[in-house]
Amino acid sequence: MLDIITGFLEATLRMACPIMLASLGALFTARSGIINFAMEGIMITGAFFGVYGSYLTGSPWLGALLGMAGGLAASLILGIMSITVKVDQVVAGTGVNVLFLGLTSYFCTVLYPNGQPSSVNAFQSVVVPGLSSIPVIGVFFRQNLLTYITFLLVPVIWYLLNKTTFGLCLRSVGEQPHAADSLGIHVDRMRYIAIILAGLLGGLGGAALSLGQVSCFIENMTSGRGYVAWSAVTVGKYSPIGIMGASILFGGAEAVQLRLQAMGIEIPQQFFQMLPYVLTMVVLAGVVGRTVGPKAIGKPFVKGER
Amino acid sequence: MIQMNIGGAQVQVTRKKRTESPLFQKVLGLGLALLLVILVTGIIIALSGKSPLVAGQCMIRGAFGTKNSVAETLIKSVPLLLSALGLTICYRTGLTSVGSEGQIIIGGLMATIVGVKLAALPSIALIPLGMIVGAIGGGLWASIAGLLKAKLGVSEVINTIMLNYVATYLVGYLVDGPLQEAAGFYPQSDMLGQNAWLPTILSGTRMHIGVIIAAVSVVLVWFLLWKLPLGYQMRAAGSNPIAARTNGINVAKNMVLAMFLSGAFAGLAGSIEIMGLHHRLMNGFSSSYGFDSMAVALLGGLHPVGVTIAALFFGALRTGANTMQRTLQVPVSLVNVIQGLVILFVLTQALLSRFTIRVIQRYAGKKEEDHHA
Repeated sequence: MLDIITGFLEATLRMACPIMLASLGALFTARSGIINFAMEGIMITGAFFGVYGSYLTGSPWLGALLGMAGGLAASLILGIMSITVKVDQVVAGTGVNVLFLGLTSYFCTVLYPNGQPSSVNAFQSVVVPGLSSIPVIGVFFRQNLLTYITFLLVPVIWYLLNKTTFGLCLRSVGEQPHAADSLGIHVDRMRYIAIILAGLLGGLGGAALSLGQVSCFIENMTSGRGYVAWSAVTVGKYSPIGIMGASILFGGAEAVQLRLQAMGIEIPQQFFQMLPYVLTMVVLAGVVGRTVGPKAIGKPFVKGER
Repeated sequence: MIQMNIGGAQVQVTRKKRTESPLFQKVLGLGLALLLVILVTGIIIALSGKSPLVAGQCMIRGAFGTKNSVAETLIKSVPLLLSALGLTICYRTGLTSVGSEGQIIIGGLMATIVGVKLAALPSIALIPLGMIVGAIGGGLWASIAGLLKAKLGVSEVINTIMLNYVATYLVGYLVDGPLQEAAGFYPQSDMLGQNAWLPTILSGTRMHIGVIIAAVSVVLVWFLLWKLPLGYQMRAAGSNPIAARTNGINVAKNMVLAMFLSGAFAGLAGSIEIMGLHHRLMNGFSSSYGFDSMAVALLGGLHPVGVTIAALFFGALRTGANTMQRTLQVPVSLVNVIQGLVILFVLTQALLSRFTIRVIQRYAGKKEEDHHA
């Protein structure tokens, strides 16, 4: 029994990490007033370039760096479309997703002329001596370094958003862009900064998926996690701590699926595979309406126009 | 300016410049967007070390070269067109559905159940029944997201995406369990009864009556949106929900109804795919027609006529891409890339046409000055 719980916790943390990273990234865009439906495309690009970077250099960290750059490129397209061209952000986000889902599959066959290697150097678990041998709780001390970084980012981002001038500016742009503009805050610039942060974190989240879980790239491997990450922003009530909880919840749903499948329980596997998606719908239905999002979310900013 | 003499009175008529007509601007914008898509796609093909010109030739030959390839292009346009017509209704009502894929799958599932379980019925009853049940199934599936949006305000985008995955796994379970073929070997259903197969209308090809049904649907959707009070209410709810509500239009009801209708068209597309081509249910039979149809609806300018042209374009693209992969080894995932580019560039169409018109006007203005000088 203890083994099952330990295994489940271990899988939960592993599954929650990519969602949490992407969701924290999406939080910046949400608070600055941009709907980030492009997270799926940002993550898949991060996952692809994470593996490609590790394949080229042999280092998963340089891979993750390349993954972040890829995520940034995908995110910037959303930024240009929603901040400068001022089009429907949901449709633009969907366009980014379709484009990068296609590009990653396309270049997966082109960039690896001899076929993709079955595995590249991936993140290794860091075992904290002593602590990791405590039963059950020990799993928290034998994760890969990226998981620790992810959890460390939660208080950092909380501080950044709530206790710094930058955070105040960013939030004001998402709530009252015209008021912020009249105070001399560059609305578009703040939103581009949010887009850049979302791209970097989302790309890292994608790399956490491909380099932290399976050590290779599979077409469409994000399978909706980008959308789940965006939902986690709403479910987590637009706060980093809430997002941590929501990501662990969604990670847990994926972990249940993996563990129960492995244990050979009689319920057909497809029902467990549905679980994360059904859970997202149910939780959203319970939470939305009771959460108040940033006021200006989804609305392009046009100077001098109300 | 034109001087006219009407009934003894001098009347001055200012004729609108052609560049000011909204239709001209829209067509110009869409045309430019398409041109950019082709340009960028060419660059991407060139990056992979293949000649874009040869690839293009290959695609055109593959899509229109023979009688059979034209038929294949038309067959592939049918689900795209039906599902994009549904999305047209949906987007016009102000709802961004990404759920066509799941609705197509549910429609196909329903048609399979009808076609397998009621195989004894005569064709004349079985075929319409399969289509109707498929459409209702797709419609109800979409209504889940519509209801959650109308009642609780949950984003229909997220829910339609989640429902896609749920539908995929649901069919995955059914073809591996209760609906699996009697032989029990592959994860697929039994064959539909012969009576449920759609009749072909062009001998020697796979072209079935779905083509006619899709063509009729184009007229139906146009009539619904622009000739019926319901369509007016839907468009009003979409373009200005607050004004619509003030005028006594029930926005929530229209939302659910629009989602149902869009799901019904996608469901119809799914049932036609099953009854016309595959004749049995299996995983992934929809091959992402639902996602393509988003690009089709947007490229078609959310108008039935435009959507028809866009569906034919994408149908040809799919048929051509298969030939291109066989002859040039250019991956079929290029179609996804093109879709994404279409969505993004079409979004910028207003900007593109405004920019071009400004350039044209500056050039024309300069010429006029030269003329005066």
